[in-house]
Parts: sequence; structure tokens; C-alpha cells
Amino acid sequence: MDRDSNVTVAQRAGDREGAVRQPVIVARDLTKVYRIGTQEVHALRGVSVTIEQGELVAIMGSSGSGKTTLMNVLGCLDQPTSGEYYLDGAEVSRLTDDQLSAIRNRRIGFVFQTFNLLARTTALEQVELPLIYAGAVNRRQKALEALAWVGLADRVRHRPTELSGGQQQRVAIARALVTRPSLILADEPTGNLDSRSSEEIMAIFERLNAEQGITVVFVTHEPDIAAHTRRIIHIRDGSILSDAPNANSRPAHPAVSTDTGR
Amino acid sequence: MTVFESVRVALRALLANKLRAILTVLGIIIGVGAVIALISVGQGAQREITQNIQALGTNLLFIEPGARQQAGVRQQAGSFPTLTYEDALAIADEGDLPIVGVAPELGAYGQIIVNRLNWDTRITGTTPSYALVRNFQVADGQFLDQHALDARSRVIVLGPTVASNLFPDQDPVGQTVKISVHGRIGENFKVIGVTVPKGATGFGSEDDQVFIPLTTMQQRVYSQLTTRGLRNVEDINVKVASPTQMAQATAGIGQVLRQRHHVSQDDFTITSEDDILRFFSQVTSVFTLVLGAIAGISLVVGGIGIMNIMLVSVTERTREIGIRRAVGARRQDILVQFLVEAVVVSLVGGMIGVLLGVGIARVLSSVPVDGQYLQTVVSVNSVILAFGVSASIGLFFGFYPALRASRLHPIDALRYE
Repeated sequence: MDRDSNVTVAQRAGDREGAVRQPVIVARDLTKVYRIGTQEVHALRGVSVTIEQGELVAIMGSSGSGKTTLMNVLGCLDQPTSGEYYLDGAEVSRLTDDQLSAIRNRRIGFVFQTFNLLARTTALEQVELPLIYAGAVNRRQKALEALAWVGLADRVRHRPTELSGGQQQRVAIARALVTRPSLILADEPTGNLDSRSSEEIMAIFERLNAEQGITVVFVTHEPDIAAHTRRIIHIRDGSILSDAPNANSRPAHPAVSTDTGR
Repeated sequence: MTVFESVRVALRALLANKLRAILTVLGIIIGVGAVIALISVGQGAQREITQNIQALGTNLLFIEPGARQQAGVRQQAGSFPTLTYEDALAIADEGDLPIVGVAPELGAYGQIIVNRLNWDTRITGTTPSYALVRNFQVADGQFLDQHALDARSRVIVLGPTVASNLFPDQDPVGQTVKISVHGRIGENFKVIGVTVPKGATGFGSEDDQVFIPLTTMQQRVYSQLTTRGLRNVEDINVKVASPTQMAQATAGIGQVLRQRHHVSQDDFTITSEDDILRFFSQVTSVFTLVLGAIAGISLVVGGIGIMNIMLVSVTERTREIGIRRAVGARRQDILVQFLVEAVVVSLVGGMIGVLLGVGIARVLSSVPVDGQYLQTVVSVNSVILAFGVSASIGLFFGFYPALRASRLHPIDALRYE
């Protein structure tokens, strides 16, 4: 962590200038078949996608389109039935459970629609959690920095029940970014938030992408979210329907990005 | 994740549901407490019996009449008088035997009367060497001497219990008491001594008896006749020179008696103090084991309680497991987390249970039952045992729930409602 955290941002900034860059995600012909009783459900039917470092991407699709399955596979929560998946250049589709845990811990951050914070646990401890499993040092310091970065420096002792939805989601974002991952996967991150909080959260993601150079992939069915991104991938019936840059990328209102949400 | 952090997480999870945690811990507390308390009773009994037997005197052999065939039926040991004073003298006179003292005795229950006071006790007729053989010391006056035995004197030595009951305010030595056996008013005896208290023993108090010369007992108080028409003795106590010579002494005595009695089949039985000790410690070991096993059942029930609660807890916290897995916890981390939680419950229960058990043992030994105090022994071993068992119970009954938790698929766990 310590040795590469400062370097990474500089490197990524450099990458954006057009230096040597390695794609964060290279997926080739991913399939996923679930077996429910005697029936086979083809959740993914040969998905190939490449996502470069520093991209801000939306994967869109209606429910049942396979977008959640794709996110699970890309997030190393699940393994594809066939196909290849390279994360930061390393093949990860055939790793053991423990190896996948380590990759989730170090390279991937998750943000969920339902926040998924631990009950009765302070914001600080929530953010420390991935660091504990990483065996990192200076955990408190790093967690405090991450919380300050999302604008919750004055909320570190609060528990989920004492925080608004927007604040809870910010804790979740701090938890996702505290290990300085190469990829953050956000599954409907504003689905449970009002429009004002949604704007704040999207602004934080944009800032995360711009300032820290972390690749952010949204999985959503809301065009509003997708509108913030620079590339939109549509998926239907387990296959990619379209994959195109978003010409009309609209940044979130920057003025609210540091508001604490009170 | 370090052990320290696992314990911290476990404690937090337990404190999150205090009542449930307390009830679960209570099961283990009761189990461990019961094990400690009941084993302390068993070991107390063992120690008490051992002490009592050892208080009889060391290197003792007891010769009792018995095991005689009568019309083809083997009689109970001691049921038929076969031993005499002369047998005892013959054993004592046999120069080759490694023995230091021989003391025959003949007892009867009777009443000792002084003016208006009386006391029911055991009257032991014996010889001067009884004091040596059975470890009696005289506090005041003297014990029976050879002259009293030869002269069939009417002299008496009182046990301290008898002395304090009959002579509450005066020195009994020199006083006269009357002995009555089987309702017959007997003769006056002169008190010549009082023995030193030996403390209560398991077979009635050795302090609650009186001693008179064996010859006086046989002639004036009570005796039976043997098959050969001689006045009997109840048993003969023999003190052997050293513990290693017990077998040699037993064999030698057997030879002497067989010769004297002209019998093909022994009409006497020789038991050593060790035999008695071994027998009783076998009995009390089984007793302790049974008590411990009964208490152990409640410990197992407590363990099942832990398993039950851990299973509920795993289900309730499925989502938490999913979150932890998503941020990088390995299966092993989840397994350890829930195992530590179960072990913490059982160890906390174990600690409190040990205190409870020790407390119960103290209470049991301080409340008199029928005027006697129950001896309890809380040994370090039983504490370590209870502690180890409770930790193992946590591990054993916590393992399956923890394994289930660790096997949850991260996606299923995260989506769990």
C-alpha cells in the first residue's frame, strides 16, 4: 500500500497522457451458465470487453439482461463458465477461492445499491475492514484519509443508523477506495438515494476517477447514471448489444461534492 | 486478521445481542459449575476415606474369623467366632515374623453411667499393645497395662468424646463409672486414663469408645465361645514392621493359625490396610466418575445450545459474511471468526462456571448435614479439565456453524435478505 499509493496516482495521470498503458479489464468470450434443476440458464453468452485504466464506464441493461452476472464475474465474486478474464494483465478466471479473495481485497472496490455496511459498526471501522484483511499497517490513518476524501471527516464515529443514505453510501465509497484498487464496481449506487444525494455520490465517483485515476464501472439501468460516464455498454440477453463512447457526458454538479449531506 | 482482532469482533458480535449471549453462556456456566462441584464432592469423599483409613495406623493387618464352610455353605467372613486371645499370643510369640505389635480386640455396645449421666458407646476389650498398633495416645493418666490384663482388673480408659460427655467439669481419671451391657447393670470400673482425640473418621468416631482389659471383657462383660469352647476375640490387629513385609507377615500368620486351628480350610481372613484403601478408592473413583459424567451431560447440553445459537447467528449475519467476503475475507477468515466467537462464549462460560463450581463446593463443605461436614476438594486438575472441556466444546459445537458460514458463496450471501 504505502510503497505504491503515491506512485499509482502519478502513473495513472501519466497513463492518461498516452504513455504505456495496460487495460484494467480484458474479457474474452465470457460465458456463464447456471443450472437450476434440469434447466440451464445462459446468463452470459460470450461477452468480450476491454476497459482501459482511468475509464468511466456504464454497463446498462434491464433486469435479467445479465449485467449483474457480468459485474460478479468482473468483480471476481464469481467465475465464468468459459472464456478468459485478465485483470491488470493477470488471468483471474481460474484462480482459487483464496486467490480471488486476495484480488477482491487489493484490486477491486465494491459499491452496492443497498450500501452493505456492517450493522453497529462505526464509519471508521467499516473503512478499516478491507485493510484488516489485507494485513495493512497504519489502518486508522488510511481509513481517516479515505473518509476525509469523501467529506465525512466529522462522521468517523457514526454508525450506519446515525447516517443519512447519502452519507452511508459515501462510507461505502471510502471503504472501496481505501485499498487504492485499480477498479471500482458500482452496482446501482444511487438506486436507494434521493436525487440530491444521487448527484453528490456521482460527483464523488467522478472526482475519484479524475483525481485518483481509478477506473470506475457502473452497473445500472438508469440513463441518468449512465449520462455521467464517458462510455456506455448496453447488454441484453447475456450479450453486448452496443458499446460506444458517450458523446454527451454530463458531469455532476461540482458544487455539492464536498457537502456533508446534512 | 489477527487473533486479537478476531476476539474483538467476536466480543462485539456477542455484545450486540446481550440476552442471547448471556443465555448461551449460562448453559456452559451450569455445565462447568456442575462438573467442578460434583467432582469436588467425589474427590472430597475419596480424600476423607483415605485419611480415615490411614488414621487407623500404618502397616496394619486385620485378622478376622470367617469364610467358614458350614454344611457346604460358605459363611460370611466374621460371622462365626474362631479367633482367641491365645491365637494372638501365639502370633506375638512367633519369633520369625516381621511384626512389632499384636492386639486382639473384642467389642460390644453398652452404656457407661456416672451418677445421673450416661453415654452409649463401644466398649473395646483389648491388650496394652493396642495403643501402639492402632496409634492411640494417652492425654491424661495411662493406658491399660499388663498387670491390669493379668489381674482382670476393672479399670477403664475413656475416649475423649466419652470423657467430655460424662465428666463435663472434672478430671475423669480416678473416678468410677458403671458399665451396662444388654440392659444388665454391671460393675464399677475405675478410670485410669483418657486418650488423645484422633478426629472423626468415616467408620464412626474412634474417639467415641472406651477401653478395658480383654480378659475383663471376656469374663465380666461379654463374650462368645468358639467351636472349641474358648472365649473368642472379634479380631486381631497386627502391626507389621515395614510396608514391604506385609506379604511375608500375612503368610507367616496364616501358617501359625492354620497349625493352631487344625483346619484344612482357613477359618480366618487376613486383610491389609492397603486392601481396604484400594477397595474404597475404587468405589470412590467410580462414584466421582459417575458424578462427573452426570454433570458432563449438562455440559454437552450447553454445547448444543452454543451450536444452536451459532447457527442462528450465521443465518442472521449472512449479509455481513457476504460483505466481508466482498472486501477480501477468505473462507478461512470467516471460519476463524465464527469459531473464535463460539470459543469465547464457552471460555467465558467456563471461567464463570469454575467460579460457580468452587463456590458451590465451598457452600457444600460449610453446611453441616446430620452434624457432619461434607469434605470437598477442588483440584487444579478438575479446573483445568473443565476449562479444557469447555474450550473443546466451543470448538466442537462451533465448528459446524462456522464451516457453514465459511462455505457461503459471496454472491448468495450479499443478496441474502
